[in-house]
Amino acid sequence: MPEAMGFFTDTTVCIGCKACEVACKSWNQIPVVGLESLTMSGLSYDNTRQLDGTHWRHVKFVEQFDAERNGRWLMMSDVCKHCVEAPCLEVCPTDAIVRTEFDTVLIRQDICNGCRLCIAACPFGVIDINPIAGTAQKCTLCYDRLQNGLVPACAQACPTQSIQFGPIEELKVKARRRVGDLHAAGEGRAHLYGADADMLGGLNSFYLLVDEPEVYGLPRNPRSPARNLAKSGLLSAVGAAIAAVLALVGLRDRRIGEVAAEERASPP
Amino acid sequence: MSDTFFTTSPHWGWYIVLYFFVGGIAGGAMFLASCLRLFGRAVDRPVMHLGHYLAVAGAAFSGLLLTVDLSRPERFWRMLTAFKAGSPMSVGAWVVMLFSLVASLAALASLTEEKRVSWRFAAVLGGRTIGSIVAVVGGLLGLFLAGYTGVLLAVTNRPLWADSTWLGVLFLFSGLSTAAAALVFLGRRRGAATESVAWLLRFDRRVILLEAVALVAFLGSLGSLARVFVGGWGLLLLGTIALAIVAPLWLEARRRRNHAFAAPLLVLAGGLLLRVVVIFSSSGIEPIGTGVAGR
Repeated sequence: MPEAMGFFTDTTVCIGCKACEVACKSWNQIPVVGLESLTMSGLSYDNTRQLDGTHWRHVKFVEQFDAERNGRWLMMSDVCKHCVEAPCLEVCPTDAIVRTEFDTVLIRQDICNGCRLCIAACPFGVIDINPIAGTAQKCTLCYDRLQNGLVPACAQACPTQSIQFGPIEELKVKARRRVGDLHAAGEGRAHLYGADADMLGGLNSFYLLVDEPEVYGLPRNPRSPARNLAKSGLLSAVGAAIAAVLALVGLRDRRIGEVAAEERASPP
Repeated sequence: MSDTFFTTSPHWGWYIVLYFFVGGIAGGAMFLASCLRLFGRAVDRPVMHLGHYLAVAGAAFSGLLLTVDLSRPERFWRMLTAFKAGSPMSVGAWVVMLFSLVASLAALASLTEEKRVSWRFAAVLGGRTIGSIVAVVGGLLGLFLAGYTGVLLAVTNRPLWADSTWLGVLFLFSGLSTAAAALVFLGRRRGAATESVAWLLRFDRRVILLEAVALVAFLGSLGSLARVFVGGWGLLLLGTIALAIVAPLWLEARRRRNHAFAAPLLVLAGGLLLRVVVIFSSSGIEPIGTGVAGR
């Protein structure tokens, strides 16, 4: 079995060229859908807008400028996080979503029936329906390329090595060294997002950020939807028990009333 | 900001709203019919039969709604080639199927007893032992069907749904309330005995009170997120409370002669509106949480 593979995205060297988006669409033959793809969003240079069924890579543009136009750009190429404890995989009722031999998360397109529960379960808003296929789609981490010993299309196209592909453990060593370098160079805000196991078991696509996660549109503390299962289920079970008691007590009280009435009608 | 705001809507719309409503009625009707089958008397038979018919019709309609809601409806059967105890939708799909089966058996027994069909096989279903087993299993599956939909919403990462664990019990009480209301409303034209209707109304009054408690608990558990109900969604929620909780109890208390007609309809309308508010408000409030960079 091959080792766990994934992405380390160093947002500090992303230049927002969107070569990753183009390479992804091109290799995976993802169609352009709807007028929105051909119109300006008004959101900085981001006309892709979001990750969804026809956008498996999305370069985010964050403008941090004051009134005098002093400030900085933050750019981040976003993608499926390939969580080790993947919420989409946990809830998928058809077993369409599986873990591959590369420890990546794959939606099998011949199985998915479009129930869309994975969309609601993903803490990052990665998955959506591809309106042409009618199935839930997202980054496959180029499963077909990996099987043939190739690097994923986005990582191969990235001209600044913002997107790095490789064995997860090697990437983590590299990423921690990079954080140390940035701290030494005076960028004290640099930190890794998703490199540790406490975030959904670890994200096999993790990031180096230089601001709070929310600034990049990332949840601070993404959690598994299963956190609500036991409590919600237990509350409902208790509710069902109470309702059953009420229904049966109602029938018993009615019977007691009837017996009393019969006794009044025919005294012994 | 709740972490649930960084997620995408599953685009569940009117089919799902309607399924949550119909499934609640079907499950609740089967549960109430089972109570009458096990502990009721001969006068309760018309309401029991009606409960069985409502359950099987609701189950069939539910299956249809769930199938057409899929983006690939022709693959609906994929739900039944897998089972995941931790996925409410997986368990729910199996329960809908089993419930349909058990409700069909119960309805067949009712048809036989009402002499609408005369199959020897069906007569066996009305027997004491088999009939009781069908009632117990059907009643339990019915309770599950009425409540699991709210649990399903909680086991996601979406705003409001996953920010509370009270939706399951709220939908359960609402489902039971709408089922009792539907039986009272339809029972009037099917020879329901006064005793049966009185039992249903008494049960409904108590379940409506429980529903009110669950609704307050749901809103309370949202914390600062409950502010999303200041505005349009709040008006719809007030409408829900008025229709499903306040008006029926008020009509009951006043003992108006026509309350047996009006109150059940209000309860049914309120039950539908509750599901509309819960399902659509989740994506309706999205702009509040849209981050600088979007998702």
